[in-house]
This record gives sequence, structure tokens and C-alpha cells, in this order.
Amino acid sequence: MGEKTGEAEVRPVVSILGSPVKCFYGPEDLPGFDYAEKLNDPGEYPFTRGVYPTMYRSALWTMRQYSGQETPESTNERFKYLLKNGQTGLSLAFDLPTQIGLDSDMPLAEDDVGKLGVAVDSLDDFERIFDGISLDQISTSFTINATAPIILAMYVLVAQKQGVDQKRLRGTLQNDILKEYIARGTWIFPPEPSIKLVGDVVEYCTKEVPRFNAISVSGTHIREYGANTMQSVALAVSIAEVYIREVLKRGAKIDEIAPLFSFHLPIGGRDFNFFEDIARLRAARRYWARLIKEKYGAQDKRSLQFRFSTGGMGGGLTAEQPLNNIARATIYAMAAVFSGTRSLNLACFDEVYAIPSDLAILTSLRIQQILAFETGVADVVDPLGGSYYVEKLTDEMEAKIAEVALRIEEDGGIVRMIESGAIQRELAGQSYAIQKKISSGEKILVGVNCFRVAEEERDLEIYKTDPETRNRQLQRLRAVKENRDKGRVKGALKRLEEAAGRGDNIIPCLFEPLKEKATVGEIIDTLKRVYGTFKEPTTV
Amino acid sequence: MGTGRTIRVLIAKIGLDGHDVGAKVLIFWLRDQGMEVIYTGLRQSVEQVVEVALQEAVDVIGVSILSGSHIPIAQKLVKRIRERAMEDVLLLFGGTIPKEDVTALKESGVHGVFPSHAKLEEVSEFIRRNVKGAQ
Repeated sequence: MGEKTGEAEVRPVVSILGSPVKCFYGPEDLPGFDYAEKLNDPGEYPFTRGVYPTMYRSALWTMRQYSGQETPESTNERFKYLLKNGQTGLSLAFDLPTQIGLDSDMPLAEDDVGKLGVAVDSLDDFERIFDGISLDQISTSFTINATAPIILAMYVLVAQKQGVDQKRLRGTLQNDILKEYIARGTWIFPPEPSIKLVGDVVEYCTKEVPRFNAISVSGTHIREYGANTMQSVALAVSIAEVYIREVLKRGAKIDEIAPLFSFHLPIGGRDFNFFEDIARLRAARRYWARLIKEKYGAQDKRSLQFRFSTGGMGGGLTAEQPLNNIARATIYAMAAVFSGTRSLNLACFDEVYAIPSDLAILTSLRIQQILAFETGVADVVDPLGGSYYVEKLTDEMEAKIAEVALRIEEDGGIVRMIESGAIQRELAGQSYAIQKKISSGEKILVGVNCFRVAEEERDLEIYKTDPETRNRQLQRLRAVKENRDKGRVKGALKRLEEAAGRGDNIIPCLFEPLKEKATVGEIIDTLKRVYGTFKEPTTV
Repeated sequence: MGTGRTIRVLIAKIGLDGHDVGAKVLIFWLRDQGMEVIYTGLRQSVEQVVEVALQEAVDVIGVSILSGSHIPIAQKLVKRIRERAMEDVLLLFGGTIPKEDVTALKESGVHGVFPSHAKLEEVSEFIRRNVKGAQ
């Protein structure tokens, strides 16, 4: 039902905000637009155009493909392969048992050892992952949440062994447990002690590992779970505020902790829209700067800079005609660059089938390199700034993010919504609505509900986990257990339990058990006795 | 909707995988198709799932797995189902499943396999066709 303008029929378009999209935008869409207030130059408050003045002209985004597989040795090999091919940062994927605090020899872990990432049972494994990689030369991102305190402590210990000053360590811990209760599911403890542990990591990093991003609050998994583009930002910021309040109540100052917060935000996906996704990330920078300044009284510029990495969103990729996914990832990457991302991890074309093959992961890295070095898209900061359409959308997105955040607060706050299952229910319902639109053809997916080809069999070489992985890991773990002093391990775990019971910051208390080669599973079991375990609410 | 009795479905997450939005989308869909659907929640063991299936007298068990552990889990589940003499239950697997594993799953005793790109309608139609007494 397009409207007639002269001769041509106009296709109706509605934005994610629910408003009709015009055919073009002009000055009348931005009445009284104040450059200094709305945008300002890059690197200046409210940072709409970017957190740094020269952005990619000074330093390109970090190209950081998510990887980690099987045993520590095989992950070490893949890291070296990626570094040799020009990757500029590392991003470590852990297997599920490591993420939820189980050792490779525990019965529940049996089918998952080394499957979606590397298995880490003890400090010994962690040392092998970084063998020959100097920790002062590289930054590493860790997708780890419930067991983040242990991984941080291990990284510090590896640095000590390498003779690297921990004050020089660079990298990022995901350390965002609240979104695990909504999507992804790698929780262990109930929300309250889990938030306390997030606070411990932030507090410790502030003092002892100051160049580390202690936290990367993730809107990505929430978006995959069904959140729309505005909700992915509003929920992430609401969750970040829970952690901020946790550390503030311990007496920290906002300007001590806010600079350690980073975000991981989605670009792409099943309901991707190029300009909307860019606008909402520009809006997110402005929203955060104003929030942290006005609500928390921050003054340090670094507190107000909303620094984010982008990535993930394998949910937008299709099993049908899988090479089309290379085109999709390229467009996602371009949107991420236009948004001013600081780091980029692209979903790989074969991820619908399994974790990526070497070829697929290399292709994702090459997409980034082509964008960076062949196309000129990285030459000018915020090249879409000043576009009538993008600025109008950015304003609307900022207002909507604020509205969603306010609604969460009115509903009792994000923690309550998680505990009751309300937010999980809402987002899963939205995901169902998108799926129905794809089923009905209302939402077009090329190769899925249109432009199909009769014969779609294309044999991709899918990555396969080496079937010997678990046995190798079990052998290693057995050797570690045989070569340690059981009495000293027990004593160290007992002191850990006492410290947890007292409510001490847990990070310094982890060094002793880790050095004695206590396992991740033993440490988590010890902490479970103090903190308890999470019981899932009914969500469907 | 058919005139047969209401089909009862158990959707299960077995193992450590925490990605369950796909499972939930399917639950909403099957309910909209008039089926009764129960969800186990995350991190269930094979034994727990079979016991719930037995108690709830379900016609269908649908297992969602995105962690690559589908083959060993299917083998254990089929074995347990046989031990409990529940061969009448229709067993479905869905999730991140490579093409070449579809055959392996079917050979191990899984009746229907629906990788993540399968259409919702395919699942509900397969259930209607294969559950006895349903229409």
C-alpha cells in the first residue's frame, strides 16, 4: 500500500521504533540542531562521534577473532597461526565445563570437554595456552563470566611467571554474569553473590591490573536471545549500573571504576538494519556519557567514554547457501566500523554448522583487513555524522534507550526481572515473533525464504573436534593431581572458603590454591558451599 | 487442528549447553499448534529427562543441543529410553548439527533431526505424522 507521489509507487517502510521511514531526510528533520550539544568533535563530550579524536587514523580497531579449541596445546597453535596471519589481539574461548566450573573428569562434563573452546582445569593448562606468547606484547579478551575471578588470577600468575609486570597487562574479561541468566546460561551461583564477584574483579583490577578492562557488559547475547537493537543497549547499560552500584557501595569513586567498564555490542543478526544499528551505537555513546556524568557525577573524561567492541551475531547467518554469510559478515563489519567500534570479532560463514574451520576464521579476518586497508572506510572519523537521516535516527534511538531503561527500573530493576524470569519471557517472545515473520516471508532472508536454489548441497569442510581431546585432557589432569601436595591443596581451599565466608575480595585469595594446582572445579565447589547455586525460574 | 487427542511434548536441554532461545521458540510454536509442551530447563541429565518423560506420559521428546555434543547424548538417551521400555516415544533432535551427523543420529535411533535452519512447520508436521492417534 504505497502512497503515490507523482508517478512512482513508494514502498512503505517502518523503523524498528515503529515510525514510518521517509524516502529522504532534510534540515526540517533536525530543527534547532545544536552541533556542540548533540555531537561535538570526536573525542569530546558527549562522544557521539567517537571516544577518541583521531580514531582509526591513529589506531585501527583490534582484529580479534574468537578462538579456542580442544586442549591448551591446540589452542596455543591456533593463537600462533592467527598472530602469524596479522591478527592484532587474542580472544580466548573456553569449553563449557570451564565456564561453569567443572573439571574435565567430572561426570557432568563428559560430553563437553574441549568442545566449544579450550579446557582449563588448572594453572598448568593456562600456562600452556600462552606458551611462547609474551603477555606484555598482546592484549587478550576472555569470554568468561561465572569463573572470571579464577581466569583473572591465572592470567596474573602466568604474567608473574613470564616476568611481566601485572600493571602492564592489557585485555578484557567479559565478567558479565547477569546476562548469563538471560541468555547463554553459564551461571553457577545465585545473582547476589555473583554480582559480588563481578565487583571483586572490578575492585581488584582498579588497583592491581589498571590497564585491563575488568568487565565487558554484553548486549550481544541478549540480542541473539530476542532483544531488539535498542534493548540490547538499554539492558547492557542497566546491567552495568548494577555492577557500578556494587563497587560504589564499597567506597570506590565513580572516576576510579567507570574507566574499567567496556561493552560488547551486537552488530548484525536476523533483524539487522544497517543505519539503525549504527545510529543506536552512536546514541549509546551519548546516552552513557550523559548518564555517568549526570547521575553519578563523573568528571574524568575516561569515565564518560563508552568504549565498545562489536561482534558475534551468528544468528543472522544462514545454513542455506553458506557462502552468502561472507557477504553478510562484510556488511556487519562495515556497520561496526561506521559505528566506531574499538574491536571486532566477526561470526564465520560456517558457524551455523559448528565452531569455525581455519578457512572460515581466516576469511573473517581477511574481511576486516580488506575493509581496513583496501577501501578507505577507516580514513575519516564518523563519516555518517551530519547525515540528516542518521542524526534523526540517533536522536530517536537515544530517547528509546532511555525509555527502555526507565521501564526496567520501574519494573523493579533488572535483577528482579531476571529472578522472576520476566525479562527472559519477554525476549524469547520477541524472538518467536521474528521467527514467525521469517516463516511467513514478511521478513526476507535471502536463500531462506526467497531466492532459494533447488540444489543447495555444498560440502563445507566443517571443523571437527579431535575425538582424543578428552582423553588427553584427562591424562594431563591426572598428572597434575598426582604431582601436587594434597594437604597443601586442602589447606589452601579451606582458607579460600573462610575468606569467601568473611566476604573478602576473592581475587587475592585465589592465588594460593591456584599455585598449589587446585582445579577450577575444586575452587568452584568450595565457593558453592558459601554462595549456593542458582535455581532457574520457569520462563516458558 | 485435528480431531485427535492432544499431543504431549517434552522439550529438553541435556548437558551443559545454555542456549535455549531456539527451544523456547519451538515451544511457543508447538503450543500455538495446540500441543501441550513441557520444558525441562537447562543442564538436565539423560536420566532426569527420561524420568520426566515417563511421569508426564509424553508422546514426543525434543532435545535441543548447540554445543556439538549431540551424538554421545543421543546414544545415551536412546539406551535409557529402551531400558525404560519407552520405544513408542517419538525422539527428535534439533540445534547446531552438521549435515553428516544427521544420518549418524538417525542410525542411533533418533526419529527426526531438525538442524537450526529447519522450519517450525517441518517440526510440527513431522510430529503430527508420526505420533499415533494424533491428526
